Amino acid sequence: MTTPAATEAPLLQVGAITKTFGGFTALDNISVDIRQGERFGLIGPNGSGKTTLINCISGALRPQAGSVIFRGEDITLLPPHLRARRGIARSFQIPRPFKSMTVLENLMVGLDFAATGSRQPEEEAAMSILTRMGLAAKADAPSNTLSQVELRKMELARAMAVRPKLLISDEAMAGLSSSEVDEVLDLLISLGEEDITIIMIEHIMQAVMRFSERVMCLDAGKIIALGAPDEVMANKRVQEAYLGT
Amino acid sequence: MTGHRNSIIFWGGVAVFLVAVLTMTQIVRNEYPFFAGYVILQFIALAVAWSILGGYAGYVNFGTNAFFGVGVYTAVALFKATGAPLVVQIAAAAVVGMTLGFGVGLLTLRMRGIFFSIATIALAIIIETFVMNWRFVGGAAGIQIQRPPVMAPFDSYVKMLFFVQAILAVTAISIARYIQNSKVGRGLQALRDDELAAECTGVPTLKLKLIACMISGALISAAGAPAAMYLQYADPFSAFNLTYSVSALAMALIGGTAHWIGPVLGAILLGSTQQFLAVTISSEVNVLVLGIMLVLFVVGAPKGIIGLLRPRYRLRAGGKP
Repeated sequence: MTTPAATEAPLLQVGAITKTFGGFTALDNISVDIRQGERFGLIGPNGSGKTTLINCISGALRPQAGSVIFRGEDITLLPPHLRARRGIARSFQIPRPFKSMTVLENLMVGLDFAATGSRQPEEEAAMSILTRMGLAAKADAPSNTLSQVELRKMELARAMAVRPKLLISDEAMAGLSSSEVDEVLDLLISLGEEDITIIMIEHIMQAVMRFSERVMCLDAGKIIALGAPDEVMANKRVQEAYLGT
Repeated sequence: MTGHRNSIIFWGGVAVFLVAVLTMTQIVRNEYPFFAGYVILQFIALAVAWSILGGYAGYVNFGTNAFFGVGVYTAVALFKATGAPLVVQIAAAAVVGMTLGFGVGLLTLRMRGIFFSIATIALAIIIETFVMNWRFVGGAAGIQIQRPPVMAPFDSYVKMLFFVQAILAVTAISIARYIQNSKVGRGLQALRDDELAAECTGVPTLKLKLIACMISGALISAAGAPAAMYLQYADPFSAFNLTYSVSALAMALIGGTAHWIGPVLGAILLGSTQQFLAVTISSEVNVLVLGIMLVLFVVGAPKGIIGLLRPRYRLRAGGKP
């Protein structure tokens, strides 16, 4: 599927999105293109609109204005489950497991409903994802017995069960120890090598720097910097937004 | 493979049960067991049907009485207008119940948890008020029903109704079992745990909720349809009695909602206890017993009887309060 045309056209085009909550403007005219296979970092202080943006991309929220184009198709008005079927998967900032299910069953939901055209038997497919994520030993464990890092991995594994073309990771490393951060980061990077485009929201700067090919920084609903990681870090407005000077 | 064998056992059990019921109607002379048995079978159908929405999907419907009453009055109106046979009455009740279920399903767009439950109570009150003012079916005073002649091979109408209700209960169970083992069941379980996460994992939550509401509604109304023939009488207060809601909910929760067998066990246990008490003490004690048992189970066995029997299901039964 890697015809030149497919690699040239952006996978995701966010076009002039505006999202307001009452009088508060969470996203103000945001436009950005994400390329096929890109590892994209999304940073910004708390309340800058990062999660709102990915909610608009994954369909949990509908913007008041603007459009979301995914693989050439306008998906602005599609509900989240249809976006999942088209290949947009996400994890949540605060893990949201299906707590009455085992880890394996959590993945089966995505395989049942979103993954299309897979030849593998579902259970086998779920196990192979879990093995990748280092969760194979926990396959039959109830998901409400997992540790924090296991929950984070399961969120990513469940997103992978959707067979995504675009994976959005919303602070998958929050609250993890530094060795656990490296573990999850290695996982994300290895997924990126499989032609899965990844948008990563993260506060841990080393992780963002190591992971991202491009970084976008939001502040108060506006893009204040977009470019190579070290350029963005060196940007004065980014430093101001983070340090408040 | 075990799934296949389970199916053979299940359908074998269904066949044996229906044959036993039919044989009983031919052999037993006394009508009382059929009077009592009808009520128990009716509650099995109600509890199982309730559980499809309340258990699998986690949307606690307090309007079982709305669906039940709609079933009763669909049958009454149709019978009075056209003299339609029982089978047609039941089918019509199922269709109307399904339509009402669709409406209730749309409520889930905006309401969850306690707000959904309250809306379903309101629905029952609205429909009851409407029926109270509907002269054609007798209004608030109710209506007497003259049973048509009984059909062969049955020698009494109550025996026939007993057999009909057995079929309705088995239908409800079969559908609940099918849903539980299907993709729909997994989707409902996912949306019960977390609706947004389910939606983002590809589950068409609205569609599944509508399906659950429509099936549950159709089955409850169908189970209610023969009630007027059973009592030879219908009135709004009895047909829309909140006791149906409380009983269906209590039986499902006491049995456990993680598996279709839960509501069946709950309905058999509570239904037969109630029938026994109604004969030996008084029918008013019924409600008290229901209340006490519900409290005991909520405290002692929150996952119901099947939670006690099969620890595996403790995990699954985590329905929202």
